[in-house]
Parts: sequence; C-alpha cells; structure tokens
Amino acid sequence: MAHSTIAAGDTPVPARRRKTVSKRRRRVQDALVAYSFIAPNFLGFAVFTLGPILFAFVLAFMHWDGSNAMSFAGLDNFWRLFEDKAFKDAFWNTIIYTVVSVPVTLACALGLAILLNHKILGRDFFRTAMFFPYVASLVAVAVVWNMIFNPEMGPVNMILYTLGLDPKNMPGWAADRHWAMVTVILFGVWKSMGYFMVIYLAGLQGINSELYEAADLDGANAWQKFLYVTVPQLGPTTFFVTVMLTIQSFKVFDQIYMITQGGPGTSTLVLVYHIYNEAFISWDLGYSSMIALVLFFLVLAVTVVQFRRQKED
Amino acid sequence: MRIAGQKLTGKLAAIYATVILITIVMLLPFAWMLSASLKLSSEVFVFPIEWIPSNPQWSNYVDIWTKIPLALFIYNTSKLTIIVTLMQLFTSSFAAYAFAKLHFPYKNALFLGYIATIAMPWQVYMVPQFLLMREFGLNNTHLALICLQAFTAFGVFLMRQFYMSIPTELCEAARIDGMNEYQIWAKIMLPLSKPALSTLTIFTFVTTWNDFLGPMIYLTKTELKTIQIGLRMFISQYSAEYGLIMAASVVALIPVLIVFLSLQRFFVEGVASSGIKG
Repeated sequence: MAHSTIAAGDTPVPARRRKTVSKRRRRVQDALVAYSFIAPNFLGFAVFTLGPILFAFVLAFMHWDGSNAMSFAGLDNFWRLFEDKAFKDAFWNTIIYTVVSVPVTLACALGLAILLNHKILGRDFFRTAMFFPYVASLVAVAVVWNMIFNPEMGPVNMILYTLGLDPKNMPGWAADRHWAMVTVILFGVWKSMGYFMVIYLAGLQGINSELYEAADLDGANAWQKFLYVTVPQLGPTTFFVTVMLTIQSFKVFDQIYMITQGGPGTSTLVLVYHIYNEAFISWDLGYSSMIALVLFFLVLAVTVVQFRRQKED
Repeated sequence: MRIAGQKLTGKLAAIYATVILITIVMLLPFAWMLSASLKLSSEVFVFPIEWIPSNPQWSNYVDIWTKIPLALFIYNTSKLTIIVTLMQLFTSSFAAYAFAKLHFPYKNALFLGYIATIAMPWQVYMVPQFLLMREFGLNNTHLALICLQAFTAFGVFLMRQFYMSIPTELCEAARIDGMNEYQIWAKIMLPLSKPALSTLTIFTFVTTWNDFLGPMIYLTKTELKTIQIGLRMFISQYSAEYGLIMAASVVALIPVLIVFLSLQRFFVEGVASSGIKG
C-alpha cells in the first residue's frame, strides 16, 4: 500500500517524477514486507503439501516400488482398479460407512443440541461430557471399545445375555463379518457426535426466537415447531455438517485400523486402508496413488456440491 | 420444586432424565477404563461389573512405566505437540496478517492455493509426501512430523478470517503513529486475536497429540515413538495384560483431558464460530 500522499497539482515536474520513482520503490518495498509475512508458512506449505499433491497425480500413472527405477504406466493402474476385488470392497465399504454413519451422527448431534439448548442445571458439564470423546486419544478409547464389545467376555454381550438373548445369536461385533462394520460405525458416531452437537448449538442460537412465538400464536405443537421452524432455519448448518461428516467418513482409517484391521476378511476394508496397504505393505506406490485419486475425486464431488450450494445462498 | 429458576414440569423432568442417561452412556467407556485400570487382568471381565474395585491394583500405574518407555513416549509427544503448535501459531498468524491487511501482487492466487487444498484429505498425498521426506533423509525423525503438521491451510484460513473482522483503520492509525508492519502484527493484531489463537492452539494440540497414521508411517524406532503408537505397540505386546493396558490408556488420556478442561470454554466457542475442521 502506498502511504505517501500524492503531491498537489502545482508541484514542479522534476519533483513529481521523483515522487513516482519513490512511489514505485515504496510499492516494491511493501510487497517485500508482505512476502516476508507469508514466506515462513508458504514455503513449508508449498514443499510439504502442494508439492506432494502434484506428485500424487504424476505417481498415479507410474509403476514404482520406491527403490528401483520409476517407469511410466499409462492407464495400467486405472484399469487395475476394476480388476482388484479388494479395491471394490474398499470402495463399497467406504460408501456404506458414509451412508450409514453420516445420517446417524447428524441425527444424534441435532437431538443432543436440542436437548442441551434448554436452560438446565449443569448444562456446561453435560456439553463438555458429550464433547470429550471427540478429543480423547483414539488408541485409548478404541482399545476400551474392543474390550467392551469383546464377543466372549465383554460387558455388552454379558448384558445382552442377562437380558435373555440366546448365546447362539449373540453379535460377534468386531470378530464377525456381519457385525464388524456396525461396531466401527457405532464407535465413529459415539466419538464425533459431540463435535457436531456444538456446531448445531451455535446454529440453534442463531434462530430468531420471534419465529417460535409466531408459531405459538398459530397454535403449533412442539413437533410442528421442530419441523416447520427449527429444521428449515438450521438448513445451512445441516448442510455444513453433512459436508464435513461426509468428507470425514470418506477418509476413515484410524478407528478401523485399531478395531478390526479391515477385517474379518475385507468386511471393513476402506479406501484409506487400501491406500495404506498398497503403499506401505506392498510398496506399489503408483497403484496406491491411483486409489488416492479415487478418494480425491469423491471428496472433490462433495466440495463442488457445497460450492454450488453456497453460491445459490 | 424449582430448578435453575424453572418450575419442574413433566417436560423438564423428561429432559433431565434423557440428558443424564445419554451422558452416562457417553462416559461409560471412560468409567469402565478407569475401573479396569485398577484391576488384575483376571478381574477385568468379571460380570456383573464391579465398578469400584474392592482390591485396587495401584501397582498397575507403577508397572506401566517400566514395561514400556511410557515417560519417553509422553516426552516425545509433548515435544512434537509443543513445537508444532508454536510453529503453526506463528507462521499462520504471520501469513494471515499479509492476506488480510496488506496488498501485494499474486495475493489472490496464493490464497487460492491454500483454499484449494483445505478440503484435500492428507491421505490423498501422504504417500508422495512420505517419499519426499525419505528423499530429504527425514524418515525416522521428529522433524518429518513437524514439517508435516506445522504449515496448514486450515491455520492460515482460520486466522485470516479473524483478521478480516478487525477494522483496517486500526492498522492505518498505527502506521501514522510510525509503527512498521511487524510492530502492528505484534502489538495490535496478536493481542486482539486471542480467541482465534486459542481455537487454533486447541485444534493443533489435539490433532498432533492424537495423530496416529502420521507417526505410524514415519516412526519405526521405539525411542522416537509417540504415545499413540507407543500405546498401540504395548497393546500388541501385552495383549492379555488388560489392567496394565487400561492404566496406560488412562495415562495417555490425562494430558488431553487437562488441556481440554482448562480451555474448553474457548474450544466450544471456537468450534461454534469457525467449525471448519472435521
């Protein structure tokens, strides 16, 4: 930004030229100062984030095991996606995980937010308690989860047993291919709903209370008020939460690695797990990058929808 | 009967009952963890659950420090977390100042570079990033994880949004008073941006402390491991020592619990106002 004031009209010509020269120098100086502010972050960001992102797009079209020479693969890695049974499973498991956990987490978060939007005693404590699983160390809580849901000895199945459930029909949780996905989804919902509850609480506080008063005058009951005032008013928040949750579900990994290791079989194998296996177990770096691109395009699709929607609003 | 200045109606009683019930369910795994951490491995799965152990095994909390280098893991994690958080705060707020308050060529293009990657999952480029780090000889160093986490688009974006809301007139007034840009950043912007700085601190602290995949890829030497993968290693080595595993898990949770409880007011406000990171 130029700070020197421009000379008045009757200034002699040489002085004005001097001014423009110094103005230009001033501008270069200002730009240098600005770049010096950006440089520490941008250099790190460019080298460790932008560079690898560009490299990922190149790598997806290469054969490379990380030690021998890299060779051009053309579309080999792409066609391989269609023949790879594990990829197919990982893709659909990721979609199933997302399609189930997003609406469940969203509904739980909204329900909690509405409950804790009431002026009740100890409200801050309750909010903090609901939020805590989100910040708690994943490894620690995942190992507890494994113990609590242990099919033979865990308290959950013990309680089901005392409630009279036949031991033969007992859910096998993480050890059973039909229940493993349920187990990791339950974990994900429990861990992240408090976070989205807080976002919903902020949304609820933004609703004009006059709308509820008007609904009262019209004789609306609590359910009608929820349906015709709360839900539409929370539209933007719900949209934001849905996008965040969807992206988060697409990249699920840690909890699956801790609870089921992608198994039994491939019943909880997800995209990021497959990327990890192909890269760091099989050292098939080109193919793992191709799977990463699939993840990228899934996320991109969601982001584009979000962007369009934002423009409409 | 009145609670919080309201008459105790049926509806209110139902709300209390539901809230208390859900809170119990949410916290039950932690209670079970705490209870199991004071038991012998043979007692952990005894049913019905004995919530308060009659014969508490305090020795579990002594033994874990010798079974695995837990203190070293905590030291490593603390070191990484503190360095990453400080670097993130400094570089993000520094860059954000330029993006919010200064004019320079290619400003929009550079900012777009940040925005375009904000939704990009790290998992998409973790493999090429690993190869790059290996090329730099950073494999099995803490520096790799610092480089990986200290310069995020999220940090710059969060701080920039906050700085945009600070009136530009303040900076102009300071310039007239003879302050240079660095002084304006240090003496005017930083003190005003405490809420955004706290939010970023908490996010960075929690993410770095709890990071799992990053340390798992980069750190294979035991002496470099963080608490998360150290705990994971312990679990696979002593898979039947339930009491000890739970005691180690409780220890791993405590630092986050302290930071969270002391900053939770900012945390809730921060998530609510910025709510960007998922």
